Amino acid sequence: MDATSQRFRDNARGALADGRLKESLASFTKTFPEKRQKVIDRLPEFDALRDEGVSIKNHVLANLDFYLERFEAKAAAAGTKIHWCRDAAEARETILAICRSAGARTVTKSKSMIGEEIAINEFLEANGVRPVETDLGEYIIQVRGESPSHILVPAIHLKGPDIAETFREKHTALPAGRALDQPEAILREARTVLRGEFLAADVGLTGANMLVAETGSIVVVTNEGNADLVMSLPKVHVAVASLEKVVPTLEDAATILRLLARSATGQDITAYTTFATGPKRPGDPDGPDEFHIVLMDNGRTAMLGGEFRDMLRCIRCGACLNHCPVYAGIGGHAYGWVYSGPMGSVLTPSLLGAHKADDLPNASTFCGKCEQVCPMRIPLPAMMRHLRERQFVSGGPAAKGRGALKLWAFLARRPALYRRAMALGVGLLAILGRGRGRFRRLPLASAWTGPRDLPAPEGRTFQSLWAERRRGKPASRSRTEGRP
Amino acid sequence: MPSTAPRVGFFVTCLVDLMRPSVGFAAVKLLEDAGCRVEVPAEQTCCGQPAYNSGDRADAIALAKQVIAAFEGFDYVVAPSGSCAGMIREHYPRLFAGDAAWEGRARRLAERTYELTAFLVDVLDVEGVAARLAATVTYHDACSGLRELGVKAQPRRLLAAVDGLTVKESAMAETCCGFGGTFCVKYPEISERMVDTKAEDLMATGADMVLAGDLGCLLNIAGRLKRKGSAMQARHVAEVLAGSLDAPAIGEPGRKP
Ligand code: SF4
Repeated sequence: MDATSQRFRDNARGALADGRLKESLASFTKTFPEKRQKVIDRLPEFDALRDEGVSIKNHVLANLDFYLERFEAKAAAAGTKIHWCRDAAEARETILAICRSAGARTVTKSKSMIGEEIAINEFLEANGVRPVETDLGEYIIQVRGESPSHILVPAIHLKGPDIAETFREKHTALPAGRALDQPEAILREARTVLRGEFLAADVGLTGANMLVAETGSIVVVTNEGNADLVMSLPKVHVAVASLEKVVPTLEDAATILRLLARSATGQDITAYTTFATGPKRPGDPDGPDEFHIVLMDNGRTAMLGGEFRDMLRCIRCGACLNHCPVYAGIGGHAYGWVYSGPMGSVLTPSLLGAHKADDLPNASTFCGKCEQVCPMRIPLPAMMRHLRERQFVSGGPAAKGRGALKLWAFLARRPALYRRAMALGVGLLAILGRGRGRFRRLPLASAWTGPRDLPAPEGRTFQSLWAERRRGKPASRSRTEGRP
Repeated sequence: MPSTAPRVGFFVTCLVDLMRPSVGFAAVKLLEDAGCRVEVPAEQTCCGQPAYNSGDRADAIALAKQVIAAFEGFDYVVAPSGSCAGMIREHYPRLFAGDAAWEGRARRLAERTYELTAFLVDVLDVEGVAARLAATVTYHDACSGLRELGVKAQPRRLLAAVDGLTVKESAMAETCCGFGGTFCVKYPEISERMVDTKAEDLMATGADMVLAGDLGCLLNIAGRLKRKGSAMQARHVAEVLAGSLDAPAIGEPGRKP
């Protein structure tokens, strides 16, 4: 997908004006955190599990080449073909070449953020191969021509009636009068339509939640079981994954799975968890004849050596989105690319280049909720601050308002001058605000007074009143100072 | 006052200094009532957080050095703000990591710096306050205090000692109000949605008053409540705990003389 992260402000404004979106977000950002909390309350060792997850990932990142080579050797031994790709373009070409050699016309897909990252659907379509999303949410947004608004729940911005409408438009072969007002009916219809696609597909394409170095397996989790059909029905399977998805052992994979489902959807474990190792072996009842893994860098090794290395621990659980009050206001599309919310605000500038997404790290209050819930303890606010520091030097939204900030700092670094200037300023403001105790409008402060009144200062600074008190003057700090 | 009384350097915070000195005096009263000798170094201005969070590291460092120098030598440093106390406690040591001359000084200051209610409860073990207020209040947990310093139970424990007071919790007490320092003016539309959600949540409690430990959030919340025409008042928790309710609530007009 083409990134619109650079239009973040406009995107956000549009989203804020969308009443239906507001409703969807309000209910979703309430229920997901509640579910997560409930399931974590049942697991006293959750925090210890987080520490373990963090150390697994840190260990892998420190020894990435070792584990990738081991993974490749094990996977190859199981008959898997590994394709190393430097970037999205190489990965797309590789996947297309596999499709072509299989003579594929239809590719079934299960939800994959890497697939979105490399915009594989558009590319395949442009080259005569028809990709069909099989995750319900992905399927819905695919037929609507939209992009996911959440890394886990791609159609979270839609409500039942939106989806029913889309299905009526798209599935014209079905009776027009059918009822689609219940979620079950929508699900049934999607299942009916997709059943044929599963069987017709020549290639199945999935992502991978993890790559297990010990066994050469990929791990794929879903709640719909669609990935299993994608992996087992077509004769060729392709999994695409970025480098940092590798973990050393099955045990490590289990640890991360325990964190993932709880953080993501508040489940103890996802409904389907599949470990797949290589193509069909002699005697296997099913499975693909060919098994390919496209291992893509696309900016990861560059992050490995720098300030954003911790971000590579991310397991795409979405907890930081579900708990982010900014995301709750504007939804995922406003962020303009595949990754949204706090993790997107760090990943998008890292992967696309800071100049393509420079509002994202600024559009945070640093409330710290994301870091609090992140199972991988990723210091998201600190990384957004790093990005702001870079912008402050190189230009970008963080450098805007630089003049005012510099003036403030200039004064604040000269306490005596500061005290005089501030005493004068607040005295003046208090006189202006006298009577009402607040301002509805104030020149130069419209960004504040647009949404809210500005409470008026009391009239004297604490410092000047304290100095008087120290000099033994009767404390003249009554509230009416500077007021009539 | 006994000479063993702890010497507390009071960090006023720029917002309290400029906007609402009565919060500062209420805090000083609470500290003095608890047996502290309170001093207010004149060389203090701002902790540097606005610069730090805007990516202006150079000014953040300069201001941090100024604060460190001004507050060295006190037994404790106390601020009526979780955000400024969090800046000093959590971020100063990081700002000077690897700086041989300043890292140790930053760390020593950090270790002695507290948010007001946390200091009263965790360090001084204050149980009661001599305040009275017949009202129902709700408490907003400001983000930095809550998540950087773990301030949650302390203000509630002190409020429980206020005669006549009922605390009614809101569903989203821990959700950010959308102030975020310069965020609220850099992204006013997003901030508006956040503070509106906050105001609705507070109003749903039916409380007469919202309290918090950070003036930044309070100015934002009070401003939105007033814009919505709500009668709910907003005050810093120190004002209620100290029984200093002479000043009109935040954003309310003064009484005519
Ligand atoms: S940054 Fe953390 S919370 Fe957010 S998606 Fe990644 S692992 Fe989950």
